[in-house]
Amino acid sequence: MITREDVEHISWLASIKIEDDFKDELVRQFNTILEYFQQLDEVDTEGVEPTYRVLDLENVFREDIPSGSLSQEEALRNAPRKEDGYFKSPRIV
Amino acid sequence: MLSVLREELRAGSAEEYLSRLFDKIKRSRLNAFTTLAEESALERARQFDREPWDGLLAGVPVAIKDCISTKGIETNCSSRILRGYTPPYDAHVVERLKEEGAIIMGKTNMDEFAMGSSGENSAFFPARNPWDPSRVPGGSSSGSAVAVAASLAPWALGSDTGGSVRQPASFCGLVGVKPTYGRVSRYGLVAFASSLDQIGTLTHDAAEAAALMGMISGYDPADSTSVPEPVPDYPALLGREIRGLRVGVVREGFGEGVEPGVREALRRALDVLAGLGAVMGEVSLSMTTYALPAYYVIAPAEASSNLARYDGVRYGLRASDRSVRDMYGRTRQAGFGPEVKRRIMLGTYALSAGYYDAYYKKAQQIRTLIKNEFSSALQSYDVLVTPTAPSVAFPLGEKAADPVQMYYQDYFTIPVNMAGLPAVSVPCGFSGGLPVGMQLIGRWFDEAGLLAIAHAYLETTGWHRFRPQPAVSVAGEAR
Repeated sequence: MITREDVEHISWLASIKIEDDFKDELVRQFNTILEYFQQLDEVDTEGVEPTYRVLDLENVFREDIPSGSLSQEEALRNAPRKEDGYFKSPRIV
Repeated sequence: MLSVLREELRAGSAEEYLSRLFDKIKRSRLNAFTTLAEESALERARQFDREPWDGLLAGVPVAIKDCISTKGIETNCSSRILRGYTPPYDAHVVERLKEEGAIIMGKTNMDEFAMGSSGENSAFFPARNPWDPSRVPGGSSSGSAVAVAASLAPWALGSDTGGSVRQPASFCGLVGVKPTYGRVSRYGLVAFASSLDQIGTLTHDAAEAAALMGMISGYDPADSTSVPEPVPDYPALLGREIRGLRVGVVREGFGEGVEPGVREALRRALDVLAGLGAVMGEVSLSMTTYALPAYYVIAPAEASSNLARYDGVRYGLRASDRSVRDMYGRTRQAGFGPEVKRRIMLGTYALSAGYYDAYYKKAQQIRTLIKNEFSSALQSYDVLVTPTAPSVAFPLGEKAADPVQMYYQDYFTIPVNMAGLPAVSVPCGFSGGLPVGMQLIGRWFDEAGLLAIAHAYLETTGWHRFRPQPAVSVAGEAR
């Protein structure tokens, strides 16, 4: 059972501010969805390896040779706030 | 059709052809496009008319789903959080199309961040089905399907994570291809669920799909999940003999949850395949029923990670500067629509401490069982058949209230992404005047086999030649 507190905790983890009435809606919807997820418990998965990747690829590396890159200007073009070639954001420290 | 179009463009005027398309689009009320690259596209067309270049798509316009990066053309995934974002680079598939001489005409409408099965989750406006504009075109590649079906674009690229190319193809009477995972590079595709996403094609027929697939498939070092598997010559293999092919009809495809009209169209389609010499058999995929809940754990979990980057810092919307926490919280509150928020939060929950084993790990174990079941079935059969969707296109608003009801749209398509297999939706008739799609599921990297079956089937039945009536104006009724 998901509670309003759970929704508040998840919203904190996900960094999404949620309005009060949406919180209530989410509690209802999540509980419906989680009830639906209970089906998963019906399946016996004892000893089954999880599939995190459908392909057999592993450790895909490349040679450490620099190749093309965006210019600083291109990289900053979509920035909401920038200054002196940096992305600008509220203070962190 | 491709060669005919190319000849026409060379003989006539690419600019004229494109202008007519843009006019049609602007008069259309189907909301297929979010951004039209009119200036750049018409300029390219003029250049082509002055001095034509070579290439399989020389002078041909293509529509690109708005979650695929196009350099210099706004790419917003039909989301407020990316409104105004203009990528500084092209996705690999866009580069490939440009290498073949294509002209990028614009970006198509979609469910926000590819989360949806109807097009109604677009943050801006819902796309409408050209066969009946009061109905949805399917999603999340809604605009791409509408554009091609309504002849607003000759073809389009979409993306498919749980059915988002195949289901709109089914609702709009088109051929929709979801490649094997790793067949087509995801570099430049805005990530939703990285272990499930693939870029796919939406075209009228299998020959066009084969041509387009040939152009966009192949190894790309910029995508670490791209597979160095050689790309067959899909167009050359279209005429492959299907006599003797072993077709596995999936029993669950004829269950009660599937509309009678869809079941009927499928039965007739299967008769056609049998008539073409296919050997028909029946198979049960009992794990199918668990694919949906497992997917709705895995996809949102992966999305919660992939969408963490939308934080107001480097691109897109920034809703506050008060503090870092406030910037994140308010930006994502204002920028994401309700379905996106729902899925991010669901995914966050499924991955959080105390729940990871019960949900995410369990779902991935079930994924292994699904993959194994397909693998086994595809040893006895060369192709498996299901309806693409349990219904035909439904009215706008009908399923918007209950998220779980909407999720059922992808009942038959989701298991395919879970296993990483290729699948094609092929138009197979109508029910109540609305298109029905048949899904063909093949072995890993057997796109050629699927396209050959689709081609033989369509050449026999002619379903790909049907077009909706020219779009009538949609009266401004509120929904």
